[in-house]
Formats: sequence, structure tokens, C-alpha cells
Amino acid sequence: MDIQSLARTANLRRADAIAMICHAKTGHTGGTLSSLDILTCLFYDVLHVDPRHPRDPGRDRFVLSKGHSVEGYLSILADLGFFEKRELATFSGPGSRLIGHPNNKIPGIEVCSGALGHGLPIGVGMALGAKRTGADYRTYVLMGDGEQAEGSVWEAAMAGANYKLDNLFAIIDRNGLQISGTTEQVMSLEDLAGKWRAFGWDVTQLDGHDMRALRAYFHGGHAADKPHCLIARTVKGKGLPAAQNRKEWHHKVPDEQQMAEAFRALGVEGVDWLG
Amino acid sequence: MAFTETLLELAKADPVIFAVASDSRGSVTLNEFAEQLPRQFVECGIAEQDAIGISAGLANAGLRPFVCGPACFYTLRSAEQVKVDVAYSHLNVKIIGVSGGVSYGALGMTHHSTHDIALLRAIPRIEIYLPSDGRQMRALTKYLAQTELPAYVRVGRAAVPDVYAEGDTPFTPGKANRLREGGDVSILACGELVYHALQAADALRQAGIRAGVWDMVGLRPLDTQAILAAADAPLVVTAEEHSVHGGLGAAVAEVLSQQKPTPMKILGIPDEETYNGASPEVFAHYGLTGDGIARTVQHSLQSLDHQKG
Repeated sequence: MDIQSLARTANLRRADAIAMICHAKTGHTGGTLSSLDILTCLFYDVLHVDPRHPRDPGRDRFVLSKGHSVEGYLSILADLGFFEKRELATFSGPGSRLIGHPNNKIPGIEVCSGALGHGLPIGVGMALGAKRTGADYRTYVLMGDGEQAEGSVWEAAMAGANYKLDNLFAIIDRNGLQISGTTEQVMSLEDLAGKWRAFGWDVTQLDGHDMRALRAYFHGGHAADKPHCLIARTVKGKGLPAAQNRKEWHHKVPDEQQMAEAFRALGVEGVDWLG
Repeated sequence: MAFTETLLELAKADPVIFAVASDSRGSVTLNEFAEQLPRQFVECGIAEQDAIGISAGLANAGLRPFVCGPACFYTLRSAEQVKVDVAYSHLNVKIIGVSGGVSYGALGMTHHSTHDIALLRAIPRIEIYLPSDGRQMRALTKYLAQTELPAYVRVGRAAVPDVYAEGDTPFTPGKANRLREGGDVSILACGELVYHALQAADALRQAGIRAGVWDMVGLRPLDTQAILAAADAPLVVTAEEHSVHGGLGAAVAEVLSQQKPTPMKILGIPDEETYNGASPEVFAHYGLTGDGIARTVQHSLQSLDHQKG
């Protein structure tokens, strides 16, 4: 997919996510919006996944370790045909399988996630499994930056380097905010790139809203014998003017007027799955 | 160890069977596995959370990991990974908790796991087994290697006395094994306590009391038919190397109190800081021996007679 189409697609998925949260009156607005360019680039241009064969053994693996950013992920899976788009209207509703965190009863979702710090160890297992069986799929794990305070992330960082998993990509949505404030106020992370390098990873930093840079990174060459860490600088709440870079929007719900403002800013008329 | 010998044998024939360790290859006796099948062995270092997560990832990759290490760490340090990555995500990971219960003896409560059944019984979808001897463990391992379900198995540290004879078929999924017939009292036990329950039944026979004995190897699935059959006796006694809260005794009480109220006595580790000593000394202190169980049965029967009289 070309850069322009990818950027447009990301905005359509942002509109879906905002509408899902507004409709359900619950959701994690800030982090789903910051991660959507990364997710869009992965799912529409990078990952080898097939909605007709969601369990194909050779598929690329993706784990949303920051599971609370589920709305954009669900919107993408529905748009790609993993399930019916109209099911998005059931998000967080009674009896729905579309809950507030990834649920692997949904085709396309590999594992249940949402307890932070779980995704990278699982990703290490997936990538190591590929190495040991000669499979050529790649594994991608998207983490939050606040999540970096979880010790299990660093257990997996050690294991990924120990096993030289150059088929594993750890992506950090570096939006700089978590529920209580900035990451540096809550539990300082910097020098984050230095920490990952010290753990033996091949580290790249870029603008996580620059579709051209994201695309070039994922399609480019990568160091051999090392796992890869991408620190993607992003804006929490990106695309919802009221929410951008404001910590209270971690899980604040937009009202109809804010949703309409966002749709105008995103150049989107509305969503096609909400009756 | 019966488990590791069986696993190695199975893994040689089936390359998707993996062993995962957390610096535990010595305590689990996986050294031979690691040497003979290095491609099927994964070392995670002292990182139990990581080991469970990695195992979940290996299962997602189509492999059949058996993650092996101390029961105390796998059922608390990594409890959330067991809950979310394995049970909730329904991934085919087998967790083999070794040196379970009070096996570590005087190393103290940091290393005891007298909570594991209680914890895992409250997490849906993960099977729970406490085999009573090496032969049963062999049969259980063969079964686990073929199933698609997540499971937890707790074994002890030292070799335990044989409960079953060679050539017996001591393991049927979902079934408790009735080892002694006797209608005066029913003793339901799991793990090493099955041997002690049999010793108790022998001692009780000398005193003219006929005790039925069941090996409750599976805590999930639980053989409720066996529990209801056991309650044909006027008294049901449970014996386990676990807290008296939330384990086998609680499971049996949940069934009987709702379906067939029957006087019960729950034997296990009481709600206190565990007595310090080697594992046989801890067992003796809490009456978890043949003699201790027999004494409890006699006292409880007398007390029942007294209530009736």
C-alpha cells in the first residue's frame, strides 16, 4: 500500500476507534490513537496474515502487549475481514467477545493480553519457536512506554538477546504519558534506547506518525543475530484534538461533539458499521 | 525421575515436545534431555514469569512445551502468566511443578507450595494433577503429551513409595482410583498422601475399621462420582500436602455439602506458619502419616457415635 493510502487508512481506523469508545462509553482513547499509525503500517503493509486462514502456521505473529489499546486493533482486524465490521458496534457490550483487551477467541488475535509486561516473553517464545522449527515468520510485539517499568519486559529482553532472535521486533509506543503523568515523572525511563542497547538489542528511534519512516524501517535491512527494538515517538491522543498530549485522556471517553471535531480533523465523514 | 525419563522418551519420538527450564534442569533432572535434545530444550534462566510466557509463545508456534521447575515459584511468581498467557489464552502449556508441597522441608515457607491447588482451582480451564507415585506419573506424562489442554502437575522432591504395581494402569483422565474397599470410612487423598492413606487403612483394619481409599489424582477434572460414592460411608476424611483451605478437602466439601451432606474431616497443613523440619517431620507434626490419619479417623468416628448416642 502506498504512503498516502496508509495514512488515510490510519485515520479511518482512528475514526472507528473514537466511535467505538464514544458508543460504548468506555475505552482507552489516548493510547489507541497514539499507536494507530504503527498498527496500520504493520497490518496493511508488513505482516503476512490472511483473514481466510488466521491460524496458518506460517503467519507472522503480532502481540498487542499494551492490550488496553485494543480499539484500533479490533477496527483493523474487522476492516481486513477477520470478522464482520458490524460487530464493532458490540464493543464492551453485554456478552460481546469484543472486550476492552485483546481476546484470542477473535480470529487474528494470538493471545489474550492486557496484563502489562506479558507480551514480550510470549513474543520471545514465538520467535524462538520459529528459529527451532525453521519457520521464516517474524514476530512483532507492541508495548507501551509506561509498560517498560514491568520487570518481566527485561527478563524477555535478556532472553531475546541470549537467543539472538533477529526475527523478533519489540516496538515501543513512546507517547511519554501514562495514567499518573509523564513517564519521566512516574518512573523515569531514559535513557530508554541506551537500556535496550545495553541488553543487546538493535535499537532504532523514529517518529511513530511518519508513515514513510515506519514503512522504510519495517521493509529495510536489519542487523543479524540481534533482536530489534523500535522506539516510536508518538503523541498520546493523536487525531482527537481535545485529547492530544493530555494524560487524563488515557481512558477518558469523548462526547459526540469531540467525536465530530475529531472526524473533521481526520477528514472522515463517519463510520459505516454503526446503524 | 519417572517424569523426565518418560518425557525424554516421548520427545525423541516427537520433535514438537519441548522442555523449558528456569535454571532448574538439575532439580528437575533434565540434564540428559538438554544434552540429548538441545533443539527441544529451552533455558530461561532464573525468570519464571519469562519461562511461562516463552512457553505460551512456543505453544502458539505449534510446539508442546513442558515447563519444569519448583512448584512454589511457578504458582506464585508467575501466577499471572499462568492465568493469562496459559489458562485464559488456552495455550497448550504443561507446567510441571517439582519439589511441591513441603518437599523442601526446612528450607522454609519461601520454598513451600501449600497454596497451589487453591490458586489454580480458581483459574478456569487448567487441568490439575497430583500423581501419587512414579508409575502414575509415567502414565500421566504420556497422557499430557497428547492433549491440547493446559495443565499443572505437582510432584514432590524425593522418591515416594510405590502405590501401584508394575503393569497396572493407574491413570484414567477424569477418574479417581479406588484402591481399597471399605464402608466404615472413606479416605480421599492425593499425591504422596495416597501412600499414607493406604498405611492408615491397614492400621485401621487391625482395629476392625474398614476404610475405603481413593487416589484423587485429578483436582480438575474432579471425579465427582467417586466423591459421591465415597460419601456412602458415614465419614469422609481427606488428606493432602496442601493448606486445609482451597485444596482437595475444599473440593470434596464443595461437592458433598451441596449434593450429599456427609460428616467430613479435612487433613492438611493448618492455617499457620508451617512447622520447620524435613518433609517427613512436617508430615508427622501435622498427623499426615498412616498412624496420624488412622488416629484422626478413630477420633472422628468416636465423636460421630457420641453425637448419635
